[in-house]
Amino acid sequence: MRVALFATCFNDTMWPETPRAVVTILERLGCTVEFPLEQTCCGQMLTNTGYAREAVGLVERFADVFEPYDAVVAPSGSCVGSVRHQHAGVARDCGRPDLALRASAGAGKVHELSEFLVDVLGVTDVGAAFPHRVTYHPTCHSLRMLRVGDKPLQLLRAVRGIDLVELPGAEECCGFGGTFALKNADTSVAMGSDKAAHVRATGAEVLVAGDNSCLAHVGGLLDRQRAGVRVMHLAEVLASTEVDRAQSHEPGATGRGQR
Amino acid sequence: MSATFVGMPAFPTAAREALGNAQQRRNLRHATHTIRDKRARVVAEVDDWEELRVAGAAIKDHVLTHLDTYLEQLEESLTRAGATVHWASDAAEANRIVVDLVRATGSQEVVKVKSMATQEIELNEALEAAGIDAWETDLAELIVQLGHDRPSHILVPAIHRNRAEIREIFLREMGAVGEPAPAGLTSEPRELAEAARTHLREKFLRAKVAISGANFAVAETGTLVVVESEGNGRMCLTLPETLISVVGIEKVLPTVADLEVMLQLLPRSSTGERMNPYTSMWTGVTPGDGPQDVHVVLLDNGRTSALADDLDRQALRCIRCSACLNVCPVYERVGGHAYGSVYPGPIGAVLNPLIRGTSSAVDKSLPYASSLCGACFDACPVRIQIPDLLVRLRTRVVDEKRGGLPSGEEIAMKGMAWVLGDADRLERAQKGSELGGRLLRRRTSLGRLPGPLSAWTDARDAPTPPEETFRTWWKRERG
Amino acid sequence: MSDATSGPTSAREAVLARVRAALAEATPADPPARAYGHGAAVADVPALFAERVADYRATVVRVAPSGVAVAVAEAIEGADSVVVPDGLPEEWLPAGLQVVHDESLDATALDRVAAVVTGSTVGIAVTGTIVLDHGPGQGRRALSLVPDLHVCVVREADLVADVPEAVSRLVGSVTAGRPLTWISGPSATSDIELERVEGVHGPRTLHVVLVGG
Repeated sequence: MRVALFATCFNDTMWPETPRAVVTILERLGCTVEFPLEQTCCGQMLTNTGYAREAVGLVERFADVFEPYDAVVAPSGSCVGSVRHQHAGVARDCGRPDLALRASAGAGKVHELSEFLVDVLGVTDVGAAFPHRVTYHPTCHSLRMLRVGDKPLQLLRAVRGIDLVELPGAEECCGFGGTFALKNADTSVAMGSDKAAHVRATGAEVLVAGDNSCLAHVGGLLDRQRAGVRVMHLAEVLASTEVDRAQSHEPGATGRGQR
Repeated sequence: MSATFVGMPAFPTAAREALGNAQQRRNLRHATHTIRDKRARVVAEVDDWEELRVAGAAIKDHVLTHLDTYLEQLEESLTRAGATVHWASDAAEANRIVVDLVRATGSQEVVKVKSMATQEIELNEALEAAGIDAWETDLAELIVQLGHDRPSHILVPAIHRNRAEIREIFLREMGAVGEPAPAGLTSEPRELAEAARTHLREKFLRAKVAISGANFAVAETGTLVVVESEGNGRMCLTLPETLISVVGIEKVLPTVADLEVMLQLLPRSSTGERMNPYTSMWTGVTPGDGPQDVHVVLLDNGRTSALADDLDRQALRCIRCSACLNVCPVYERVGGHAYGSVYPGPIGAVLNPLIRGTSSAVDKSLPYASSLCGACFDACPVRIQIPDLLVRLRTRVVDEKRGGLPSGEEIAMKGMAWVLGDADRLERAQKGSELGGRLLRRRTSLGRLPGPLSAWTDARDAPTPPEETFRTWWKRERG
Repeated sequence: MSDATSGPTSAREAVLARVRAALAEATPADPPARAYGHGAAVADVPALFAERVADYRATVVRVAPSGVAVAVAEAIEGADSVVVPDGLPEEWLPAGLQVVHDESLDATALDRVAAVVTGSTVGIAVTGTIVLDHGPGQGRRALSLVPDLHVCVVREADLVADVPEAVSRLVGSVTAGRPLTWISGPSATSDIELERVEGVHGPRTLHVVLVGG
């Protein structure tokens, strides 16, 4: 099986630890991972801000780059949601029925990380160890666009040493919402503050989710509050092993702070 | 746009003010969570809920794509049953028809059943201008009317008020327009409901004219359906001599059998009950029972603007249950007034721009008043893809602005599209962020930043970029 | 068939023309497939009906046919006046009870009556709903609305499991032009903080007599 990693532009540029963690996990599980260098972005931010005409070129690029692969994996529920749920519609609305057909045909093989691990590889124990108190936020697009259900939790429960605590109001949106965080900053912050309060109430050291964009928002609020809670992508927790812990005394230490 | 909402600021401005109202935020949080939990419990009881949702959507889609046929059939059935049918292109026309009908009866007052259509056309204001008193009889509508307030929710227009505020409104205002509230009134909901009963009783008993909407109108029989809780609807639909119902053209259902779907979907989604206390169905005039002078006003008022597009049309499936409001994280915090319409919340953010157009500041901003979290679609009993419709409306707003002087946003988005349109261009741009990362490597995160970035950093720290992108790492390690 | 006195016929033509113009390019949607349930598998329909009606804080008593009059007598105890519709079975009323017969009482007169006793057309177990089609024994709509106590006699033979079954039974009444009133508990409101309170404009007390056999 030819597996392509779709790093996503945001992770590639801002959170390289996350796609690197995906490579670590998949190689540990025996996959050969390719990173097609021509990839850039799914166009979600353009689409969701109303710039479908600008996004349609990225829809086409995505199809061109990833069509040769059997499976595409991305560490972002939101970007995978855009590919699977929006690409064909963007193409259709921009008068590109040919591209809409290609987008629909390719959508089924694009997977969010937890889906790929649980559904395609059939694995829930990826051999990770992470002895910390963790709470998990299911991001909206993983939950309600991709319907990943409890797959991320199945993976987390199998991590050695983890103290996984339930997040109150877990299924409520954190308020990130792409450009919503800027266009409706007050409402976004009001939602994020409630999410941050729920996170703090769990007493967790680490907040985990499958989207770094949401984590940047909630993490930015937690950091501003000096809350002492770190945020980490699911992939990075799943990539952690006993060996990593010997080299670092801080969870998810990357040399940088919150996303 | 109607007079009341002219000059409404864009959503973010109104939202900012609403977010500062601590009492309202508390009221909304309590109320939306209460109803959310109730709905979840009664929906979970129904094994075939998803099949019902699919059928509800299919019934509505079928009606909407054959709307001319079913409207003519409805008119014919109603006329046969002794009702008089009127057609109104817009709010002004509908108001004129209703005012003329009330004047013809010689009555100076009407009692009203809660109706979104009559709120939408601002019928009360039109009646008032004609010297006719319109008494709202639904408890929440009464609270809004007595409080000289605006509705903020489809089902519970006074959701932004708590019991203590309602008590004050009753004590202060009831006496001016009828039976006063009892002096010792407490804020117990039971006592408040009792005060409303006493206040409205004399109005029900003497009213000669009632005005209602309808939840459904059955084309094959000409039967109108009103779903309610308090019995104020039954009072209005039964006791007066004249009944005028203002019905949006999208309310038509083909057959009586379609009610078996809607009467399962609506109460559970709306009030979170297995069934609402009262549902009234009437077919024109029933000799010896209820109003003998029955009128139905079929209202367009922009609905046909949403009818043409195969996707936008979904918005007209809406049965006004308000489940989407109750689960919406934006509505929960901001409330209904910021939406500048009697239709707030997720469905309002879709319906208003579709039926009113996107020319005003508030209507342009409504498609963006959502984090696209998708909770609304999951709750919608007729499966309206609200997030998808919002995104398409955003495209419409952007496309309508194109061609003039480009905004900062347009320049940024086009620049982003250009950079992302080519992997080499992206890589060159990433060299800049890597340089930033090296310069900032002693920092863990960034505090307040100037300019447009302040929208992020006013309340949130910002991440510092890494010294090496994933692409650079891959090329170095695997390339 | 527009009313010529209250608006130009052109409004009708204008609306229909806009509808037709909008639908010119539309993809017509088929009628629904109706994959949902019709006639839920309920083990004990009368028991579920009684339970669900009681959930709305209505009173439910189950009696044999011979016990109706006694149950009605208990239900109306304390009511100083009772109205009954034409066609109500005589044997449902306690012997010697003074009743007001509905002879087009106006609303104010009806408001002075404390209680009403009616029959019903259909009862729905899953939702705890009673449906009146206002035929004989059920009275015109105002009768079961204005008095503060509604005593409603429901025969087990008229019970169905779910809403689709009920609608099937009621289609004939609707086609015949009869009004329907669906009643699920006493009048109630959730308008204050979304908390349910029973007793607003409709009867504040609903007393259901469920007749077996």
